[in-house]
Amino acid sequence: MNFDPRFSGRKFTSVGTRPIRPDGIDKVTGRARYGADFNMAGQLVGRVLRSPHAHARIVKIDISKAEKLAGVKAVVTAADLPDLTDGDAAMYDVLDNCMARTKALYDGHAVAAVAAIDARTARQALKLIEIEYELLPHVTDVDEAAKHTAPLINDAIFTEGLEEKPVKPSNVTKRSQFGHGDVHQGFGHADFIVERSFKTEQTHQGYIEPHACVANFSSDGTADLWVCTQGHFVYRQHCAQLLGMEASKLRVTSSEIGGGFGGKTHVWAEPVALALSRKAGRPVKLVMTRDEVFRASGPTSATSIDVKIGARKDGTITAAEATLRYSCGPYAGSWAEIGAMTAFACYKLDNVKTVGYEVLVNRPKTAAYRAPSAPMAAFAVESAVDELAKKIGMDPVDFRIRNAAQEGTRSSYGPVYGPIGIGPTLEAVKSHPHMKAPLGKNQGRGMACGFWFNFGGQTCTDLNIGMDGSVSLAVGTVDVGGSRASLSLVAAEELGIDYSQVKAIVADTSSLGYNDMTDGSRGTFSSSMATISAARNAIKILRERAAQMWDIAVDDVVWEKGHAIAKGEKHGNLGKLSLKEIAVESGKTGGPIAGHSELVADGAGVSFATHICDIEVDPETGAARVIRYTVVQDAGKAVHPTYVEGQYQGGAAQGIGWALNEEYIYGKDGRLQNAGFLDYRIPVCSDLPMIDTQILEIPNPNHPYGVRGVGETSIVPPLAAIANAVSNAAGVRMTHIPMSPPRILAAIEAEREWSK
Amino acid sequence: MRYIRPLSIEDAVGQLAGSAGTAAILAGGSDLLVRMKGGFAEPELIVDIKAIDGLSEIRETAEGFSIGAAVPCAVLGENTALKKAWPGVVEAAKLIGSKQVQGRCTIVGNLCNASPAADSVPALVAAGAKAVVVGPGGRRTVPVQSVPTAPGKTSLAKGEIIEAILLDKRAPRSGDAYLRFIPRTEMDIAVVSAGVNLTLDEHGVVKSARVALGAVAATVLLVEEAAEVLIGSKLDEATLERLAKVCAGACRPIDDKRGTIEFRRKVAGVLAKRAATTAYARAGGK
Repeated sequence: MNFDPRFSGRKFTSVGTRPIRPDGIDKVTGRARYGADFNMAGQLVGRVLRSPHAHARIVKIDISKAEKLAGVKAVVTAADLPDLTDGDAAMYDVLDNCMARTKALYDGHAVAAVAAIDARTARQALKLIEIEYELLPHVTDVDEAAKHTAPLINDAIFTEGLEEKPVKPSNVTKRSQFGHGDVHQGFGHADFIVERSFKTEQTHQGYIEPHACVANFSSDGTADLWVCTQGHFVYRQHCAQLLGMEASKLRVTSSEIGGGFGGKTHVWAEPVALALSRKAGRPVKLVMTRDEVFRASGPTSATSIDVKIGARKDGTITAAEATLRYSCGPYAGSWAEIGAMTAFACYKLDNVKTVGYEVLVNRPKTAAYRAPSAPMAAFAVESAVDELAKKIGMDPVDFRIRNAAQEGTRSSYGPVYGPIGIGPTLEAVKSHPHMKAPLGKNQGRGMACGFWFNFGGQTCTDLNIGMDGSVSLAVGTVDVGGSRASLSLVAAEELGIDYSQVKAIVADTSSLGYNDMTDGSRGTFSSSMATISAARNAIKILRERAAQMWDIAVDDVVWEKGHAIAKGEKHGNLGKLSLKEIAVESGKTGGPIAGHSELVADGAGVSFATHICDIEVDPETGAARVIRYTVVQDAGKAVHPTYVEGQYQGGAAQGIGWALNEEYIYGKDGRLQNAGFLDYRIPVCSDLPMIDTQILEIPNPNHPYGVRGVGETSIVPPLAAIANAVSNAAGVRMTHIPMSPPRILAAIEAEREWSK
Repeated sequence: MRYIRPLSIEDAVGQLAGSAGTAAILAGGSDLLVRMKGGFAEPELIVDIKAIDGLSEIRETAEGFSIGAAVPCAVLGENTALKKAWPGVVEAAKLIGSKQVQGRCTIVGNLCNASPAADSVPALVAAGAKAVVVGPGGRRTVPVQSVPTAPGKTSLAKGEIIEAILLDKRAPRSGDAYLRFIPRTEMDIAVVSAGVNLTLDEHGVVKSARVALGAVAATVLLVEEAAEVLIGSKLDEATLERLAKVCAGACRPIDDKRGTIEFRRKVAGVLAKRAATTAYARAGGK
């Protein structure tokens, strides 16, 4: 298969239009089946018993009383999920997180589970499980945990990445460093320097649909799993490995998904549901409650970041440096490393250095959250950049334009950029009407830039042409943002047929080859590439069949606008054959017509956005209200512009919640205080203005249509843009996210005291 | 679990009084059902009061208004006479939960849930509302502020039900207002709240006043010193500043996930000022 992924600059017929999404009607009428909507005859209800302690040794678990309760069909503990990870440390952490083995490492850590005939019996059974804990000192704050005096969460962990091998264990699992040049020398050339420390609290993706699955383990050793996930192939691999199965013996079907944002890239309940089903010999449905989702799924890191940036009077940045500490939960991660890579990625810098520290805390295991780690780093860096522009006396947009990375710039994390969109988003912002909109009393404007890598990865797709000429597209990337619509457009474009003739589905793990998850903004980027390749393979067969029908050489047949056309003077009297006409005859010309594709989608191409935000602050209460918001982002090529805009708006909406109110609040006892949507405040509709969007299209040279991922970058600038706006509205620099009303009011009061 | 739907208040009282285990009264269910689903309440008897004659009505009497215990908050907002007489009470009731919740929830339920952050309670306390309590010993009328005694606890005895809330007929030149602070715009719970109820004389001078604060102590506070600050004034700047100071001082707040002590004190004063200003304008003061 000689697939050429290079950008071709073609004109589009279907791509770029805005048809209704194929999954839309079922979703708005309630017919769509999400994780908890799947049911089987004889299924049991699974429930998980969770540690109420932040850190405790599990001395003894007695499940005998629970097992004897009428209606209980299985009780599992770590003993039912033996360690089969064979030295794979990351998988061992996943296993231990699914079911605590020797220690409960956070409030909410699973310690046992039951399957019973109904929810009431299951709940009663949980109360009958007796666990003896030995309480251990705990630590939940990222800065506290990094201290030498902090309680140790795992005494087998010694900090990696230090010049000298440490002799003592530490909660800091890894140090990573990026950059080039000499920052010390760079700061020496600066006329102005800004140096500040920032904190961001831990947030949750806040997907509306909780984790849910049905597991059905057969006595023949095979199993089915229906589950809400961003990556059913990855879930299959992980579950199969943890349960000691061959991957092909476990078929995983993904449901519709009510939001994931990175949070559904990790298994929690699924291996437990499978273990329960295996033990009970019946299907088990396991649905997490909202409380469990908050306490025991995978929120993002809390962070503490120090930034120092220096610039000359003319506005040229001479050096930039950041130290970033990210919480990982109780297991090692690479979250600070990603933060350290992204922190200064928007800028062209001669001297840059970033250092990341991964920090263990007694909180849930950190998972990805939409451009994971980048928003916090951008908050710190873009706040400092804004302050530096002010110090120099330059417009914040002009200051950024002056220092923006370009094609050929060596990025702060190493690679040299190809054609990129940071400059164009800044120019678009500079001339955007939002920048001239009048501001009232107590209102302030802020802007900020953001970067995200984007990812391509392994993709496998089938395109089947029915005998009536309609097209089924089977993809393996879960549709979390409208990708079935986008991929149908791509298939229609390539085949030259109407969008309505294509029906896309997400196939299960036994129907397609391996697909990476829908993460890294890769769904549409990678699956569109695979769809183009599959369609081209199908066209090759269509041409062959047409040649056969005409009895001419296949080289004389071209494919144009959904038709086979015989080219060359000697075929001048042959009419064209439509896809449908060829499909109808396929039984007689060689059987079904299909195109297959398996590829690694390389060259995802980095993504940039610039956001503008206007905020009004009530100086007497600290309440902040977003009154105007604009997202400008490079999409490469917007396949379905409405869903691209939706991604832009969604990222901004989540960023607004994160910036202003969302946070995990832990008590002194190490227990989560606000495990529900009442006190974990994601924005409601009336909290948000209409979020304006502007799509820029700077083609990705590594995709036939120029497509770039668009899903994640939109959450990178908001924390900083909002912080800059609040700081301008309130007249005081905000350095702690979320900027909840008590924090803003306290900052305003402190400023008043200071200026007295 | 047993669910019953009695047709008379006497039957409801009898069932409650005679119940052996835990019992709960169901009107809108916007607190009870949430608690049950969350596993925080498992009552053995549920007494649904919505079928009891008269409990779903708002009656206008010679003395004022009688609001039945099963009247949803949304219905308060549809009663023109009530809205005109007690706009502060109605706006408080209309802040509870969401539109959907307001179609179910009741002010009596809000009162008996005994949350210090209940939205309608400070407005009712400021309004001088009374509760009609029916129990095995008969009927009695008590000031609403005597019902909640601590978070989640009330002064109601076993078998007692609040049948209705009474609001006085309005004196001329009266107005009330309620404000709460929430970090969001809706679907939230008060971090601090203030209800103010004023009557003016013919010159626009405050003749009588009641000021209540919510979410700043274990129960809603009726701040008499704050009322004294307002009486005799025309709500000039100095009076409002004194009001804010007195209210801030009267608070006995805690630091919790919803706000800090300093924040609650400061914002209690701000909200009292703002609510007083609105109540004054509603009373016709200029």
